[in-house]
Amino acid sequence: MIPELGHYALILAFCVALVQGVLPLFGAQQGRREWLVLARPAAQTVFLLLVFAFGSLAWSFYVNDFSVLYVAEHSNTLLPTVYRLGAVWGGHEGSLLLWLLLLSTWTFLVAQLSKTLDEFMVARVIGVLGLVSSGLLLFVLATSNPFERLLPAAQEGRSLNPLLQDPGLVFHPPMLYMGYVGFSVAFAFAIASLLSNRLDAAWARWSRPWTTAAWIFLTLGIALGSWWAYYELGWGGWWFWDPVENASFIPWLVGTALLHSLAVTEKRGVFKSWTVLLAITAFSLSLLGTFLVRSGVLTSVHAFATDPRRGIFILILLFLVVGSSLTLYAVRAPKRAMGAKFTLTARETMILLGNVFLVTAAASVLLGTLYPLLIDALNLGKISVGPPYFNAVFVPIMIPLLVLMGIGPWTNWKNTNLLAVIKRLWIAALLAVLAALLIPRVMGEFTWLASLGFLLAFWIIGSGIQQVIRQFKAGKPTGSFIGMQFAHLGIAIFVIGVTMVGAYQEERDVKMSSGDTVAVGGYQIQMQGIAAVTGPNYMATRGTFVVSRKGQLETTLYPEKRNYVASTMPMTEAAINAGLTRDIYVSLGEALPDQSWAVRVYYKPFVDWIWGGCLLMAIGGIIAMLDKRYRSKLRGKHEI
Amino acid sequence: MKSRLLIPLILFVLLVIFLAVGLSRDPHEVPSPLIGKSAPTFELGQLADPQKMFSPESMKGEVWMLNVWASWCVACREEHPLLIAFSKTQTLPIIGLDYKDQRPAAMAMLAREGNPYILSAFDGDGHVGIDYGVYGVPETYIIDKAGVIRYKNIGPITPDILREKISPLITELNRS
Repeated sequence: MIPELGHYALILAFCVALVQGVLPLFGAQQGRREWLVLARPAAQTVFLLLVFAFGSLAWSFYVNDFSVLYVAEHSNTLLPTVYRLGAVWGGHEGSLLLWLLLLSTWTFLVAQLSKTLDEFMVARVIGVLGLVSSGLLLFVLATSNPFERLLPAAQEGRSLNPLLQDPGLVFHPPMLYMGYVGFSVAFAFAIASLLSNRLDAAWARWSRPWTTAAWIFLTLGIALGSWWAYYELGWGGWWFWDPVENASFIPWLVGTALLHSLAVTEKRGVFKSWTVLLAITAFSLSLLGTFLVRSGVLTSVHAFATDPRRGIFILILLFLVVGSSLTLYAVRAPKRAMGAKFTLTARETMILLGNVFLVTAAASVLLGTLYPLLIDALNLGKISVGPPYFNAVFVPIMIPLLVLMGIGPWTNWKNTNLLAVIKRLWIAALLAVLAALLIPRVMGEFTWLASLGFLLAFWIIGSGIQQVIRQFKAGKPTGSFIGMQFAHLGIAIFVIGVTMVGAYQEERDVKMSSGDTVAVGGYQIQMQGIAAVTGPNYMATRGTFVVSRKGQLETTLYPEKRNYVASTMPMTEAAINAGLTRDIYVSLGEALPDQSWAVRVYYKPFVDWIWGGCLLMAIGGIIAMLDKRYRSKLRGKHEI
Repeated sequence: MKSRLLIPLILFVLLVIFLAVGLSRDPHEVPSPLIGKSAPTFELGQLADPQKMFSPESMKGEVWMLNVWASWCVACREEHPLLIAFSKTQTLPIIGLDYKDQRPAAMAMLAREGNPYILSAFDGDGHVGIDYGVYGVPETYIIDKAGVIRYKNIGPITPDILREKISPLITELNRS
């Protein structure tokens, strides 16, 4: 019964979303107020219906209702409750339902928080979001119904891929989708202002906090995914340039460009067409990412379910949404560059330059991701593009961007005396050069790449410190300023982590039996023994390893090799001792004949700085978003 | 309308055309001209012992699997546990073709992750791979008793492929 109710809720949601998409847009175009006012209640209704539908599916998982095909395929009674919740979005149908739920959540939030905004604008924004929702709802109903029954019901469900039985799966997709989907708001604002010919500073001001919010979620989602791959997959890496990873990273790059471009449009009223195009592109790339992940046109280590019918449907949807938006853009975008003048050394130029680097990076990652597909479509064969391409193309684009990050914040709107800025920045430059020369010596080995990494990271840090000092001398800094400092510091911390791991990690693959010791990065790791243990739904072999340094005991690690009851694939559960300056990582390989084991031991210096940097970026985003400028302006408007 | 503003739309339409063509193809299944033909012959030194040679002729009369792998290949690590589990069922002999690899790295990988192969032929310069039309690693071939290639899979084998395609085919080939 519950699954049927959930299904009805989905169908109803589709009907209401159509109303939400069509009537307010027509109403706004023709000035019919009685249609306009439908926008908010419709958005609220769709939200409630989707919460209900999602709840129904979650309930079916909770009570192990194996008469629902999707539940039977993605869960079983042995699965702990929290992973049964994660399993709701562990497969194709459920993750699309989550996508929809989050889209309606954003729409609902826009409906609730836009009381001060012009009625016509709100109606258009909610209308655009309604059209996107109804398209995706139709997709789910037509090709991916999560409530399909399995009759007679299965006795026991199939298990979730053991790889996915991890807290990472419970949090990672919702975060990532929240970010993906969040760009829909900036997109809807862009389309609404194109429709109403009102590309002005107010539009940019309104889009900014929403874009920042989506960007924060996307940043955290990508970082969580990377962290999950590192801790759970046991491959010891943190980024694999996999198509699925790229699908989330490309919108992030464009979203970052959008954040900066919106700032210029708000403050100076320039770059309007460019900003609108970025807003459309960011969301289009999110949709494209969904298409790539869900249609199976690309092979990926994530290996999601593939179904050509679904692929065609998403492609048509993508075509309609993006094609119509870009057509509208071609017709309505401002024809002539308008707004205030600025010189080559102005902050406007710096941000534009940064934007060009970010968009170029996004385009090259997109090209690498789609290249196998393009070559195949042209009948030139099947190929795969790997990390060598991405590293070779991506890193050189980032270098000038990082240099620019140290200079940009010093420049002024309209015009800057660049010579004066450079004269001031000698302190940051000195710090950077010292770091580039000294840190590699301390770490033991000098390499040019590592040196360059430290140079750039400390250039940003040094410049940031000087900015903070100047700002505090001048008066109380704004939320935007503090947010920017956190985010830019996050980038520097991230670069340090990447550089350290890239240059100074140590990996040992050794054959060990009880009593053997291996040394990595100044640590001694001794294998003490192997024992069999039993978990809730798996059997495992657990090793005991004692980690010591200069004779001092540091910690004991227990890596496992698990065999899940409901799956044939054995899983490696690496044991990691995480620390501020290094991770020690031990994982069990295969049992060898003479009572010994193949063991993999990693020493990863500063690896946690990679995710720490991402966290700082997200914190920066939160601070910038909460800048009281947005609220006080709103209140001001309200009082009038 | 300025034509400059049309550029994003034109680029996007081109992209959609490519995606549409891409959809009609399955990246896992590449029609191989080799299916139904005799497996190309070769003679290569074995990975563990370069003095010992391996040649497909020695497998005549048996249904066997040729799995192309390499220590540098991330996707291989994904299919590796499955291959090991499958090798333990002793359904058929699995021969590895270590493609464009370094001997020490390959041996280390097998020592670490386990060895599902009864032996691996070492194709360091990838010449044999060219004869077999290797597109990407991993690839898997099923070869029948007469030495004819009956099946080819590009990319990692999944439990589904193993259950629904490879296992039934092996049963059928063994019967004939």
